[in-house]
Amino acid sequence: MLIFELSRSGRRNPSQSPSVMPVVEDIPQHLLRRKRPILPEVSEMQAVRHYTRLSQKNFSIDTHFYPLGSCTMKYNPRACNAFSMLPQFLARHPLASPATGQGFLACLFELQEILKDVTGMKAVSLTPMAGAQGEFAGVAMIRAYHESRGDVSRTEILVPDAAHGTNPATAVMCGYTVREIPTDANGGIDIERLRAAVGPQTAGLMLTNPSTLGVFERDIQEVQLIVHKAGGLLYYDGANLNAILGKVKPGNMGFDVIHMNLHKTFSTPHGGGGPGAGPVGVNERLLPFLPVPVVAQARDGRYVVETEEEHPQSIGRLSAYMGNAGILLRAYVYARLLGRTGMRRVAEFATLNANYMMARLKQQGFTAAFPARRATHEFIITLKPMKDATGVIAMDVAKRLLDKGFHAPTTYFPMLVPECFLIEPTETESKEELDSFIAAMVAIAHEAQINPELVKNAPHTTVVRRLDDVRAARELDLRWRAPD
Amino acid sequence: MSETPKDLRYTKTHEWVKTMPDGSVAVGITDHAQQLLGDLVFIELPKVGAEYAAGKECAVVESVKAASDIYAPVSGKIVEVNTRLGDAPETVNKGAYGDGWLFRMQPRNPDDLKSLLDAAAYAALVEAEGH
Repeated sequence: MLIFELSRSGRRNPSQSPSVMPVVEDIPQHLLRRKRPILPEVSEMQAVRHYTRLSQKNFSIDTHFYPLGSCTMKYNPRACNAFSMLPQFLARHPLASPATGQGFLACLFELQEILKDVTGMKAVSLTPMAGAQGEFAGVAMIRAYHESRGDVSRTEILVPDAAHGTNPATAVMCGYTVREIPTDANGGIDIERLRAAVGPQTAGLMLTNPSTLGVFERDIQEVQLIVHKAGGLLYYDGANLNAILGKVKPGNMGFDVIHMNLHKTFSTPHGGGGPGAGPVGVNERLLPFLPVPVVAQARDGRYVVETEEEHPQSIGRLSAYMGNAGILLRAYVYARLLGRTGMRRVAEFATLNANYMMARLKQQGFTAAFPARRATHEFIITLKPMKDATGVIAMDVAKRLLDKGFHAPTTYFPMLVPECFLIEPTETESKEELDSFIAAMVAIAHEAQINPELVKNAPHTTVVRRLDDVRAARELDLRWRAPD
Repeated sequence: MSETPKDLRYTKTHEWVKTMPDGSVAVGITDHAQQLLGDLVFIELPKVGAEYAAGKECAVVESVKAASDIYAPVSGKIVEVNTRLGDAPETVNKGAYGDGWLFRMQPRNPDDLKSLLDAAAYAALVEAEGH
């Protein structure tokens, strides 16, 4: 039921209204609305019950294990929320003078420094508001770099087929054509095909490392040499940074630019479309093109906001003001809580948990997509043998996991592996939780053999049964209309 | 198991090609491809009159699982598209080789068709991909 359907004309709930309504007199007449907006009229208790019930229907990281591969659904520490919600942060106007916002700017400056340190880059801009925007900023800088040198014949971006799906879209948005590089049998980038693909038309390569196949690229040095030798630049998709955080630095691997997903690796809340934060880091070469604003420290120690004035070659602004400030603050608190040593432990436990789960599932008869390779912070199993033997498909198993109290892993992605699960436990889960997920998988495999219909018709215990995702996609219906 | 009719030609990227009496070719996605994709929810077809080189993306099929590019199997010009698919993308799931055809092309060089896979070679490819 929608809250609009609970509405009764004239029902009021004044206790949460502002005690003083601001007087607004300077809005031109023609911009003022003539009719009152249609808003739900409910009591405070109705509103509380409505949204509490909705939240109870939700599967979330606060209620359930959420091993959604490629998404890094880790626990969001409450302290990050608490500190970033301090009234001095919340009430600060984005146009307030830097003199009155030194504390806020200090946090952002230190976050830039921390991200520089952990990625090995020369400078960081926090302003992109999501991973995709960070990617866009990165490739736009590659473009600006080539153009600044008059090198305009570079029209192609190379993207391995195990990259994130957003990479080719980013390249196209920046005016490049995409050339796909295939994966070899072990899940790594096919070096010979890469060698054959580079040339004077190569603007750069976008690499997701570890890749979406749940393996580390083993020939980074080689890849780096091939692309740089051809005059292209190297873009590091940092979406999977959780696996290497504090252990190895993309800057040391020779990458020119990286974007990070703070809403994944730095544990800011995500899901449902944001808000996110996708800072970009660059090496010396791309420094002049960094998006603005960035926070700098003056000689006297004061923090200042630098704009196009100090960075005339900047690709420009990607957001109003400083990006998603509240999210950046949460990431800053998270980084400070962990410290340098803590960050290494994140990567160690994220990869240990994934490798433990992969090994246990293999022991229990499940098939790893790349059995000869170590898992990264995530890994892929294929349920093809189960499908062939019982007719139960990956989607059925995903739905049945909901009955057992687990959010499903990512299904059918990457497409290179049939009937696959991409499983990412993250570092924040206990061994007991991992074991109970494995036990649930074993139980479902058994059910698939003795009672496949039970699995095929799952979920049975959730508030909403199996959704008709085909109809939802074909007949998209998102709008509520008031009855006449 | 998926069907692979003997009288069609195939590409490595899972399109089928059928030579029509007028020399044009009908193009669609294979039964294997539609099974892999699952229920289609959207199909973007090329414009009639557009020309494509072999191997270039010319259409997109989207399912609840993924969006996939469709590549021109040979070089040539689009002469007709299956407009029925706009309202009924599920037609491809129901009959990938029949009513589910995507578009017709006039090949620039009919000899190009010879380089396409026959049914046995395509079936072997599917087998080798382990699907």
